Amino acid sequence: MKLQQNTMIALYSALEFAADPERQISAAEIAAKYRVSPHHLAKVLRRLGRSGLLHAARGVGGGYRFAGNPKRITLMDVIELFEEVGARPAGRGARREEERALEQILAEIDETAKATFRSITLDTMIKLLARRRS
Amino acid sequence: MIHLKKIRAAKPADLPQVIEIDALITGLRKPAYWAGILRRYGGRRPRHFFLVAETEEAVQGYIVGEVRDWEFGSPPCGWVFGIGVRPHARLGAVATRMLEEICERFRRAGVDKVRTLLARDNALVLAFFRSQGMMAAPFIALERDL
Repeated sequence: MKLQQNTMIALYSALEFAADPERQISAAEIAAKYRVSPHHLAKVLRRLGRSGLLHAARGVGGGYRFAGNPKRITLMDVIELFEEVGARPAGRGARREEERALEQILAEIDETAKATFRSITLDTMIKLLARRRS
Repeated sequence: MIHLKKIRAAKPADLPQVIEIDALITGLRKPAYWAGILRRYGGRRPRHFFLVAETEEAVQGYIVGEVRDWEFGSPPCGWVFGIGVRPHARLGAVATRMLEEICERFRRAGVDKVRTLLARDNALVLAFFRSQGMMAAPFIALERDL
């Protein structure tokens, strides 16, 4: 499973907000930290906002705050907002046995990746980051 | 946070509660299986552990594991192969405390690594072990129909 740039930006953003749920963070701050286009990021944050993961903060400075439960929201919950992660059509459309066999292996890899993303919450990622930094 | 009285080795009198907790989680009662686990892992064996976490009122959870040598080519390490907590006691750090306790016993048995194996779709328990800092091991589980 290869993640698109938008998905990666969404994951970085979700981690940034979940690490300090009370803090209001501007799009410009995240854009600068991860060196991504503010325009691109704004679209990602709007999508996260519409999904209920972020609250848009009104008033001076604007920005967003985290609105979910970091112990319940998994990486897959974020990924699913930006990627088509349904089951790979097992060999459908593949005409040769070789193609179908290879599709089966690729589906196996996808399932392992999805299970991994489903098993890691934002809170777990934040703890992992803290351990890496210490 | 649940106030646990103790985490201790399981006794025969605990089995009905362990069977009940397992059945609440899996929907299956397995008295013969748990009697076998108690026979093989109960008591104070140095490398086999069947522990229960109890409050004043009841057993709230169980954990089962052992130190295995050279399984799958791996140097001796601790394996956790069973863990369960009463559904109403979840999010009370019961499983965290039991895992800490069994890891301490693994350390005392002379190993410095703990492993487990889970179904890929067991998101709840996978997320628990991940939250405890466990990462993918350098093994791949394989199977085939017979």
